[in-house]
Amino acid sequence: MVGSKRRTWIRVLLIAGVLLFFYAPIASLMVFSFNDSRSLTSWAGFSTQWYTALFNNREMMSAIYVTLVVALLSTFVSTVVGTLTAIGISKSRKIIRELIINVNNFPILNPEIVTAIGLMLLFSSLSIEKGMLTMLVAHIIFSTPYVILTVLPKLRGLDPDITEAAMDLGATPAQALWKVIIPLIMPGVISGALLAFTMSFDDFVISYFVSGNGVKNISILVYTMSKRINPTINALSTILVVIITVVLLIVNLLPMLKKKELRGAE
Amino acid sequence: MRQLIEFKNIVKEFNGTLVLKGINLVIHENEFVTLLGPSGCGKTTLLRILGGFLSQTEGEVIFDGIEISNVPPYKREINTVFQRYALFPHMNVFDNIAFGLNIKKQDKNTIKQKVTRMLKLVGLEGYEDRPVTLMSGGQQQRVAIARALVNEPMVLLLDEPLGALDLKLRKEMQHELKKIQQEVGITFIYVTHDQEEALTMSDTIVVMNNGEIQQIGTPTDIYNEPENRFVADFIGESNLMEGNMVADYRVRFDDHEFECIDSGFSDMAPVDIVLRPEDIDIVPVEMGKLRGIVQSSLFKGVHFEIVVETPYREFIIHTTDNAAIGQEVGLHFFPEDIHIMYRIGY
Repeated sequence: MVGSKRRTWIRVLLIAGVLLFFYAPIASLMVFSFNDSRSLTSWAGFSTQWYTALFNNREMMSAIYVTLVVALLSTFVSTVVGTLTAIGISKSRKIIRELIINVNNFPILNPEIVTAIGLMLLFSSLSIEKGMLTMLVAHIIFSTPYVILTVLPKLRGLDPDITEAAMDLGATPAQALWKVIIPLIMPGVISGALLAFTMSFDDFVISYFVSGNGVKNISILVYTMSKRINPTINALSTILVVIITVVLLIVNLLPMLKKKELRGAE
Repeated sequence: MRQLIEFKNIVKEFNGTLVLKGINLVIHENEFVTLLGPSGCGKTTLLRILGGFLSQTEGEVIFDGIEISNVPPYKREINTVFQRYALFPHMNVFDNIAFGLNIKKQDKNTIKQKVTRMLKLVGLEGYEDRPVTLMSGGQQQRVAIARALVNEPMVLLLDEPLGALDLKLRKEMQHELKKIQQEVGITFIYVTHDQEEALTMSDTIVVMNNGEIQQIGTPTDIYNEPENRFVADFIGESNLMEGNMVADYRVRFDDHEFECIDSGFSDMAPVDIVLRPEDIDIVPVEMGKLRGIVQSSLFKGVHFEIVVETPYREFIIHTTDNAAIGQEVGLHFFPEDIHIMYRIGY
């Protein structure tokens, strides 16, 4: 009995330690975003001055704008392209399917820095001016394989006759796609889109190499600021953490609520 | 009856394998046709060609007087009940059945009326709002039938629709399908490998094997007058023998000559002979046309399945009277019980 009690204690301590290790840095970052001084280590009282500074900092606001626009657009394009490609792959012959899946996995396994340099050289050799557009194109390129990879298992789980059933009932191929296949693989498409958004939002390596002309996303900006770091970054990070927490809560709670509703309806 | 569908010399090749080897078949209005055969015989391929999901390598499909090989499935007046139902899991019963009508943009009231009528036909009134994923196999089956029939097709294709149901439900659905077919009065083309199902429901049975039609006929024709060894063997249990026609109305097998009712074969023509297990009677030795020893006897509910060994072979016999194992018995059958077929090299 004594032994098992001690073991329970060790277990609790271990978990507490791990959680502390994970979350203490984030917690400290959030706390110091409200610090009244420039210091990131000693507390000088509560203030929201860094939030004011953040919203008055044009460079920061433009980085947020670039990040959001690139993330939203690249998510949209890569989700559409990735989903359609996945549907195409699932309907292809086995050899073609496996070939394309392997080609698709390559950029995922490839070190990011290689992709980054490759894209940089490509844009230079085609003498395309680097900026927001090149960043957007690069983000679409590296997110699409993840969307394909997330949507494919959903398609594999579909009844193979279901498209034929829709066409049998008079649906054109396009109608079958919109009314039957897309609704059924929607959970996969949404996970794919979330993944694409996250990848684009916090990408540094590829963005750094394919951007130019002063176009910076948040990651690049923070990196270039790291020599003269100040708590505005803490303020920005705090806002991001809060947004992500809220999104995660919604994503996880919605299905639970839906299930409850269904059970209630019966 | 008016001719509705005609397959003209349909050939289908998959990666160098001939799956259909020149199928010629005519199907009439209001007919219940069953394509019967073992798995891999090409019956589902033929059905999918008619549905428009596969195209034939050679040949023509005439539907209502028009060649339809290039008509896409969504423009054919044909609906299908799929093997695993292929219901839309994200829709409830009502939306599943209304799918085809919604695509055709019929107005809400008409759709509601038609769906309600269909639910009544298949015995699912009050299930409109039920998610299809929460229904039993039998209920999903009914939804699939309603979803197809609500479009008022000229032909309903059914691809082994009862395969996933248990025995009792299957029997029930057989009768119900036949009833539904008579009520809606359209052509049903039914694919199965279950000979009993085929015999119960069909007006016409098309027996297929290896991509070829073996025999077309009514259930009684197919059962009583199988055209060859394959059909005889596939439809019901049988005792199959090889023999010769000695003369008209005389056949010889197992070193005995028997009176039969067939004529018109050439002299000593090699033939296959079928004796159905239920057509053989066990009688005292001296009254039998053949004699043998009872090897085994199994109680099958309605009848006993008795195996009698003669010097040439084992006969399977279905009879309501039991016989003791080891006993010597006589086997009796009437001339009309001997079914004679040309021997083919299959």
